[in-house]
Amino acid sequence: MGEGKDVRQGTLALMILKTLESMGSLHGYGIARRIEQTSGDLLSVNYGTLYPALLKLEQEGYIASEWGISENNRRARYYRLTRTGKKQVERETREWNETAAIVARFLNPEES
Amino acid sequence: MNLRSFLLRVAGVFRSERRDREFQAELESHIQLHIDDFVRSGMSPAEARRQALIKLGGIEQAREGWRRQHGLPAIESLAQDLRYAIRAMRKNPGFTCIALLTLTLGIGANTALFSVVNGVLLNPLPYPHSEQLAILYQKSPIADQGAVSYLNFLDWQRQNETFSSMAAFRWQSFNLTGEGEPTRVSGHEVSADFFPALDVKPVLGRLFTADEDRVGGAPVALIGGGLWKTRYGSSPTVLSRGITLSGVRYTIIGVIPESFLFYNGYGTQVWTPLGQWNDPTFRDRRVSMGLNVIGRLKTGVTLERARQDMQRVAHTLAEAYPDADKGAGLTLIPFKQDMVGDIAPFLFVLLAAVGFVLMIACANVANLMLARANVRAREFALRSALGASHGRLVRQLLSESILLGVAGGALGLALAAGGTRSILAILPDAVPRSQEISIDLRVLIFTVALSLLAGIGFGLVPALRVWRPNLTDALKEGGRSVAGSRGRAQNAFVVIEIATALVLLVGAGLMIRTLAALWSVDPGFVAHNALSFEIAMQPDLGSDPTHIRAELRKIHDAVRNQPGVVSASVLAGALPMHGDSEVPVWKEGEPKPATAAESKWTLFYGAEPDYLTAMGIHLLSGRFISEADSEHSPEVVVVDDYFAHKYFAGENPIGKRINVGMLDLKPEIIGVVGHVKQWGLDNDSTAKVQAQIYVPCTQIPDRFMPLVGNGISMVVRTAKDPDAQIPSVRKALASNNAQQVVYGAETLEEVIAGSLAARQFSMVLLGTFAALAVVLSSIGIYGVISYLVGQRIQEIGTRIALGAQRGDVVRLILGRGFALTMTGVGSGSVLALILSRQMKKIIYGVSPSDPATFAAVGLLLITIALLACFVPARRAMRVDPMIALRCE
Repeated sequence: MGEGKDVRQGTLALMILKTLESMGSLHGYGIARRIEQTSGDLLSVNYGTLYPALLKLEQEGYIASEWGISENNRRARYYRLTRTGKKQVERETREWNETAAIVARFLNPEES
Repeated sequence: MNLRSFLLRVAGVFRSERRDREFQAELESHIQLHIDDFVRSGMSPAEARRQALIKLGGIEQAREGWRRQHGLPAIESLAQDLRYAIRAMRKNPGFTCIALLTLTLGIGANTALFSVVNGVLLNPLPYPHSEQLAILYQKSPIADQGAVSYLNFLDWQRQNETFSSMAAFRWQSFNLTGEGEPTRVSGHEVSADFFPALDVKPVLGRLFTADEDRVGGAPVALIGGGLWKTRYGSSPTVLSRGITLSGVRYTIIGVIPESFLFYNGYGTQVWTPLGQWNDPTFRDRRVSMGLNVIGRLKTGVTLERARQDMQRVAHTLAEAYPDADKGAGLTLIPFKQDMVGDIAPFLFVLLAAVGFVLMIACANVANLMLARANVRAREFALRSALGASHGRLVRQLLSESILLGVAGGALGLALAAGGTRSILAILPDAVPRSQEISIDLRVLIFTVALSLLAGIGFGLVPALRVWRPNLTDALKEGGRSVAGSRGRAQNAFVVIEIATALVLLVGAGLMIRTLAALWSVDPGFVAHNALSFEIAMQPDLGSDPTHIRAELRKIHDAVRNQPGVVSASVLAGALPMHGDSEVPVWKEGEPKPATAAESKWTLFYGAEPDYLTAMGIHLLSGRFISEADSEHSPEVVVVDDYFAHKYFAGENPIGKRINVGMLDLKPEIIGVVGHVKQWGLDNDSTAKVQAQIYVPCTQIPDRFMPLVGNGISMVVRTAKDPDAQIPSVRKALASNNAQQVVYGAETLEEVIAGSLAARQFSMVLLGTFAALAVVLSSIGIYGVISYLVGQRIQEIGTRIALGAQRGDVVRLILGRGFALTMTGVGSGSVLALILSRQMKKIIYGVSPSDPATFAAVGLLLITIALLACFVPARRAMRVDPMIALRCE
């Protein structure tokens, strides 16, 4: 453990939303694994921090949850995007891209 | 955090148990899924579980993070703190009771007094835009705030440019006859603009018209809601009915709301039009018959602007009517100030005093908290070692003290609600507007703020003390090692308490000296066993002077012949300390003064021969009025010694003649009597008109006789309790003439007491506060010295074991107490010297830095403090060295 980078504050929420957007409905453990896989195992999610983040998104109304049965027959809580959640993904993605572009100009001034 | 999530989290503070279980299940399923994955990749189940838990970062931590997000941690820990605080308070009932009692008294007293200040001084008067209302007085050589003559009022009303309306009113009481026993009702004669100026609308009917406010207008009257209710059962048909007031039949045209409040509270019950009065004296510009004027400023006009405007009007009038108005001006005062102004300095002194009491209360509770914080030092050190942040511990202590403060505030509010009512019930005349005093929103906010402030105030010091405790020491030795610095704070509190108590004692002492000084002032008459009352004569007596004079004699005889009555006299003019009636005078041979400003003025009394003995006034030379002085004999007058010295310095006034203006008398001076303090025990020597003359009642000229019949007073000297004499006097007068009404009966002692009511009120309250302060600060010093003894018990034991005498031990302990007390008394004296100067306005006959008062209260406080210290000192003396040493 500890070889990967910790997830930055604030970006975890976007990753969760993005994961749910592509995967549809998923349980907490699945979301965590998926984030690690998508990052090519460069990121290490402290699974404990995932649940407060999920709860926060749910309180804000971007995701909803219900109990379901996993592929290997375990009871698990499944999360999915709500309609406002989908809009939030779009908004956050756009903002993130803008920020990234701005930061990129600072990092590579000669290209602009 | 958006609103939705905030609300969810607030809700999450409460219903968390089910969600907790669900989350527990979710975590378990997470771990299970993770183990499944590891096992699938070939790990042993045990190792898989271990790895899964590591990756989760600990179940407890995950749960804590989730919980934090689920509710609002700030509220939750606050709730936790409060729960804990309540538990701690319940576990320590002694501490809680004393602290609560102290705070309840402190906050209760403050709330009570603030509700008085609020009701009397802060709240606007109960009229729309009451800040626009002002009272206009006539300023003359005899008074800055004098009554206004009717003709001047009419000119003011016509010529001013700054008032939207101006009205005159004159207090007048009436005999209400008709059904049932005749009663005396209090009323006002008012000009037509009176209610419109105050913006008061009738609940029924209409107000006076301008036509009714003139000589020859229809006899109409307005009645108050109270009278409407009691006498007419709130019936709307009252408007078609008549009312007989002092023998005149009036038609009721309207009802004024019961809530209408004027100078005399809700007392006014009838109003009649002022302008119908056709008495020549009333319509004499030089005479002001108790007329007062109120005006409403035009919107946006300042009082200063109105003053200038009225000054201009006064100038015009002085030029037009020099004999009456030359040298006369105006005094403008905001209505509220006129109604409550005199009481303000008293209330502010009391409010400051009660604030000091709360300060002492807080210091006391802070000391108790400190003592407890010491006992709990171990607990705090332990919690700190277990990871509680300092901030969290401070918050914990503060929530405890604020909880105490708020609980004390709630109890104090209840105390104040009851206390205010009972104080005002005892002394209803001490403050104006007392009917309006209640606990309103502003008082509530004041109390809540005070409670929180007090809570923070006394909680902060002990709370800061745990800010950086020495962990190891505290854990090792309990509280003992932090005692040194804590003791300093405790000592400081005790010094503050004693200093404050001294300030309050000085205040109370000065008030007591003031009242003692006032009581020892000779009023110029003997108040003991004497009573006074007013008589409204039979309304249809007519204006025949002979008839009125005969009636006056009958009244005198009816009262005089009652058993128990030593002497009695009718008095026309004003009773001492009730009012005044001034006339201009000049010596025989001198020209008549051309204007009021150039005149010499004197108070005028129309008296009977018995007046001297009834009042107990000293005869200094010559003789007093006798039975032989009648309307048929030469005019005579008796002057007081002030008059004699002022106008006949170095001469014998007896045998000289003076001219009495207005009455047009030219009597010979037949005697000189002692001066009576007409203006009250304290104010008389600064009054503008102090000279006094006595004219035989019967020699008052014929044309003034109807005015005399309008209202006379009577003074009666009794053999025994004057109060017991009132019913028989009443009965005698009723059997003399059933249509006469007797009212306003008081003993002369009550008259004097009434003039001192506000001071007495302040003295009682200041005395109570000072006593409270002394009790609280002795508890404070007792606590500190007891603590000191507890701390040094081993040392004392050792000393005794080594041969110290018990007396030495007592001296050691008392010495500490004495040092603290003296520091407190010293600093308190300095503070008192500065603050007592603020009392100048309300004290009399004593200097604000009166050495006797300071010395007396200082000694008193030192004695009480030392007595409080003596209890623990005796305990120290009895320390058994063996037991004390074994404790080590």
